Amino acid sequence: MPKTIIEKVWDAHVVREQEGAPSILYIDLHLVHEVTSPQAFQGLRKRGLRVRRPDLTFATADHSIPTHDRSLPIVDPIARKQLEQLEANCREFGVPCEGIHGKRQGIVHVIGPELGLTQPGMTVVCGDSHTATHGAFGALAFGIGTSEVEMVLATQCLLQRRSQTYQVQVDGVLKPGVTAKDIILALIARIGVGGGTGCVFEYCGSAIRSLSMEERMTVCNMSIEGGARAGLVAPDDTTYQYLAGRPYAPRGAAWDAALARWRQLPTDEGATYDKRIHIDANTLTPMITFGTNPGMGMPIDGVVPSPETRSDPQERESLAKALRYMGLEPGKPLAGKPVQVVFIGSCTNSRISDLRAAAAILRGRKVSPSVRVLVVPGSQAVKQQAEAEGLPRIFREAGCEWREPGCSMCIAMNGDQLQPGEYSVSTSNRNFEGRQGKGGRTLLASPLTAAATAITGVVTDVRTLL
Amino acid sequence: MKPFTKFSSRIVPLPIANVDTDQIIPARFLKTTSKEGLDQQLFYDWRYEADGTPKPDFILNQPRARGAAILLAGDNFGCGSSREHAPWALTQFGFRAVISTSFADIFKQNSLKNSLLPLVVPAEAHAMLLQAVEGDPDLEATVDLESQTLSVASGLRIQFPIDRFAKMCLLEGVDQLGYVLKQEEAIAAFEQKRSVSINTLA
Repeated sequence: MPKTIIEKVWDAHVVREQEGAPSILYIDLHLVHEVTSPQAFQGLRKRGLRVRRPDLTFATADHSIPTHDRSLPIVDPIARKQLEQLEANCREFGVPCEGIHGKRQGIVHVIGPELGLTQPGMTVVCGDSHTATHGAFGALAFGIGTSEVEMVLATQCLLQRRSQTYQVQVDGVLKPGVTAKDIILALIARIGVGGGTGCVFEYCGSAIRSLSMEERMTVCNMSIEGGARAGLVAPDDTTYQYLAGRPYAPRGAAWDAALARWRQLPTDEGATYDKRIHIDANTLTPMITFGTNPGMGMPIDGVVPSPETRSDPQERESLAKALRYMGLEPGKPLAGKPVQVVFIGSCTNSRISDLRAAAAILRGRKVSPSVRVLVVPGSQAVKQQAEAEGLPRIFREAGCEWREPGCSMCIAMNGDQLQPGEYSVSTSNRNFEGRQGKGGRTLLASPLTAAATAITGVVTDVRTLL
Repeated sequence: MKPFTKFSSRIVPLPIANVDTDQIIPARFLKTTSKEGLDQQLFYDWRYEADGTPKPDFILNQPRARGAAILLAGDNFGCGSSREHAPWALTQFGFRAVISTSFADIFKQNSLKNSLLPLVVPAEAHAMLLQAVEGDPDLEATVDLESQTLSVASGLRIQFPIDRFAKMCLLEGVDQLGYVLKQEEAIAAFEQKRSVSINTLA
């Protein structure tokens, strides 16, 4: 029977399937960070268990880590303890770790791919909901909770029911100023934040095929924002070219064998999906969110919708509540709205191509004096590459802050945060109330839109600057 | 895990759609390395003013929430971040069941591992429940997992679905890690067959 790539990867990892119970699924790569792992390691200690496969496990510090000069001490004692605990846990259990001073440290979903740890056909887990990022390689990658982190550390397995399959087909050509971020924001605006619940997305179609690996990661990254368990793209030559020569990628004969295996992964002709949606890339525009969940998004030249247009009472109340929090009026455009902060970073948009895109807009220009602009590279490797290309100079000369790698203001755990009432155009993934700091108001958009907004100080359609 | 037993309680309504785990417990509280002491941080930014005084309008600050074990939530409850701190905070506050029309996947799995029942009801039943509890804040409901029924003192009786395995684990207090550890033979056999692998220690 023809199978989707989702079913192929699943079937290849079933350790056991028993009537009435969830499948026991083998995990090829377990990524670990400081926030969701301490209680899991503590659980192992209590039960007297070891990490079953430290050779399939890799840890880094990203969420709580400050993005100022790493030679300075960490002033927040609770964050410091959590970061030290990660390194201590990894030492005790033999897990490789890129900690505070790690040369390969970075956001977990940035370093997995750049080190070549993430490979096609793998099952990947991490105690982090943006784990679907790794799906860009044709891996089945799930975000999990801390109990599951403990389970995978101890057994290298996850208990999981089969998900439904959801085909997201995007055909056509993106217009100038429209990016991978706009594809995923448009999808979520259409299906809502619960639209993919119980499903794994497979992104396909000519527009997805023409994306680079980093762009595919941006799309897959926000699968959870559509409610999906995971999201992936079948591997192709773009994938293999990206992977070849990376530190943990296979070499020589092993590479040839892997390539032959990976080429079997794409969905078979005639395979069926439980759900499907089609998006025409030709009609997409730069997107921006106006509300307090990522489904509340619209074209940047649109107007804020009115709660009156929603027939469902719960939805109407949610939208009204969101607009009250955001301080936005229905019927008004977002373009032209002053912002106080621009954040360029996060596991969605902190890779070298994101920084290049922002730098191309900022080159030779100055950011508005009323805006604070943070540029936070996703990893030490991204930072070094940016330095080699002279990007930090462009950012600094424009008036941006150039930081050390980490999640930073996406989750605002490390001191980088909005003040109450402030507006920020952010390249991150969540605009939830308080996500970027208590009382802060987030407008999600692409790095291009963020850079354009940084220059003018108001929400700006980048197409006016191209 | 303690076995999940039949219980009765008042119902606390929070009928807002798409409540994300950043609301249930804000990220700044995730710097802890412990599971404990999270009840104070539950819905912190909805519950407290900037100076830490409780907001009297918020439902968890009202007398009806004291000792209540059932939260009546809106659609797609628990979306967003995978933080298990969300069910930890909810259970430490005293909740044993959350009723909604749907739950986000990761939150649901995390809840089941912490004896917090994600109880799914149809939209009509949800609307009736909400109306009943808004009419009578002291209205009690009984959650019986064994028979999969939610019975409300007003006479409403709702049958709810639950995954068979999850039900067994809750009722018997089965620890899922213990269950998988017992599959050692199958796991080892699977590993024997695995031909290729990365090696993060290399």
